[in-house]
Amino acid sequence: MLTLEGVSKTYKTGTFGGKPLDAVRDVSFAVRPGEVVSLIGESGSGKSTIGKMILRLLPPTEGLVSFDGMDVTTLERGALKGYYRRVQGVFQDPFSSYNPIFKADRVLEQVKDGFFPRVPRGEWDRKVEEALHSVSLNPGDCLNKYPHQLSGGQLQRLLVARALLLEIELLVADEIISMLDASTRIDVLNLLGDLKGRGLGILFITHDLSLGHYLSDRIVILRRGRIVEMGGTERVFGNPLHPYTKMLLASVPQLHRKWSDEPDGVTDTSFDGAGELVEVEEDHLVALEDSA
Amino acid sequence: MSLAVDNLQVYYRTLRGDCHALDGVTFAVADGEIMGLAGESGCGKTTLGKSLIRLDGRMRLVGGGAALDGEKLPLGNDKAMDKFRFHEVSIVPQYAMSALNPIRKVGRMISEVLGARGVSYDETLPELRRRLGLVGLDENVLDMYPIELSGGMKQRVVMVLSTLLDPSLLIADELTSALDVSSQKAVSEMLVEFRDRGFVKSAIVITHDLAVLYQIADTILVMYAGKLAEKAPAETIVHAPRHPYTKMLLASLPEVGVTYSEQRLNGIPGRPPSLFDPPTGCRFRHRCPLASEKCLEEPPFVEIEPGHHVACWEA
Repeated sequence: MLTLEGVSKTYKTGTFGGKPLDAVRDVSFAVRPGEVVSLIGESGSGKSTIGKMILRLLPPTEGLVSFDGMDVTTLERGALKGYYRRVQGVFQDPFSSYNPIFKADRVLEQVKDGFFPRVPRGEWDRKVEEALHSVSLNPGDCLNKYPHQLSGGQLQRLLVARALLLEIELLVADEIISMLDASTRIDVLNLLGDLKGRGLGILFITHDLSLGHYLSDRIVILRRGRIVEMGGTERVFGNPLHPYTKMLLASVPQLHRKWSDEPDGVTDTSFDGAGELVEVEEDHLVALEDSA
Repeated sequence: MSLAVDNLQVYYRTLRGDCHALDGVTFAVADGEIMGLAGESGCGKTTLGKSLIRLDGRMRLVGGGAALDGEKLPLGNDKAMDKFRFHEVSIVPQYAMSALNPIRKVGRMISEVLGARGVSYDETLPELRRRLGLVGLDENVLDMYPIELSGGMKQRVVMVLSTLLDPSLLIADELTSALDVSSQKAVSEMLVEFRDRGFVKSAIVITHDLAVLYQIADTILVMYAGKLAEKAPAETIVHAPRHPYTKMLLASLPEVGVTYSEQRLNGIPGRPPSLFDPPTGCRFRHRCPLASEKCLEEPPFVEIEPGHHVACWEA
């Protein structure tokens, strides 16, 4: 469905753009319908940049982003609007995603104005109600309220409902639960899982390995803009091959294992993986060291 | 006994009335203990940490107090508390990364902070260099501006500065929440090492992340809606919790190894009560699966086993 081929992004920083910064380097992967792909990386690894390029908020410097065979980067006007009907994003901070002086459900109204101006009111209200139910929100609780009257979890779910109104096929979820409380974040995760069951493809961008593992079918691990390891969730987490992946897994705080029980040396960060991606087994690619 | 907090009540003054952010908490932190303080946002954990060092203009001490090393802390008196700040009680604030002055070089900023406490920068410098070395920072960070440092480096600078005068109590608020997993591990382990080396006698680590606390804390205190829910050694909280809130909180944490399709986790339905007009009785009862008639009465925070305190009738 969505494919990225050799995508790179260079930001120009410094005075007059004198210092190029390679945020994303030669990244290729695909998201199939009904599949959750997690993009995992630390800050500065380029994961959000990739999300923004897919949503066409940024143009890639090189490479091709395509959706069902059409080149996303060159879409204009009508075609772009058609693309946004099928692909939507939800971002990290629910409180800054909303205009604080508009009622929260105005985002749903804007979808009607922008995409379905001719749908009759009654039918539209039914659609809204259905979308709210599918994200387990009670319409009475959240319609006609200002953003500050709703919790972060409710606001994030309202944004997902907004995306569902468009009958999207791909959702780019960029750190959508990192601002939420432990007791509500799991509900939003379960919601994504349910939507996946209905055939929605999800690109789940996160820095949290356990969240990535909980939800996704496939994992892409990024480091400094490059993919260091990718493949099926079980293969990557069950048999991590790249030292960076191993280091990440060893650093995740967990309730059944203490850091102090780990042998030393696993957290060695002296490597600089810049090798080619090699397929080591079916559905498992690793960028091993050039020198190795 | 390093710190003893007795029935501390701190309210926020707002136009809508008092927000009962901290409604009578009583607990103790032993010498050499790292106590983790966990709970959802809005449960009063940051208020508790802040009220032990400085009440800001909106906060009002309503009742109770705290004693550090046997000496009563004048929490309500901003001037009198000054004697204790930095020397005895020190804080690593939330968003420590933005706690550094952006237009001062790190060294100059540290010298100004020390100067304000009447401590000579030049005399402290060798110790400062040694401690920066301990946390893996080169001493030339002192000649850098904060913008030149990464998030993890800034966090370490703030930690070294906060503990420079060997305080008795360190309050670390969301120490690692903004860091990547690898720096999170390094910074957390650093705190333990500071305690082991005696730079701080005891510490309160405030975070919403129970998994991090399990790694570094000796005991964990769980708060809910301005009250204490449960306090026990970290091992007990994680493996044998008694309060239903602690149980449900732990059950909603995904771990590496748990997948949606095999084991579906559940959140806690509902949301915490408003603290402007807190409900009587147990504050968790509206979300609690075990709630009964008895819960209309407020459960006391009692010791059910040595070192294990719970506020629940069912426990």
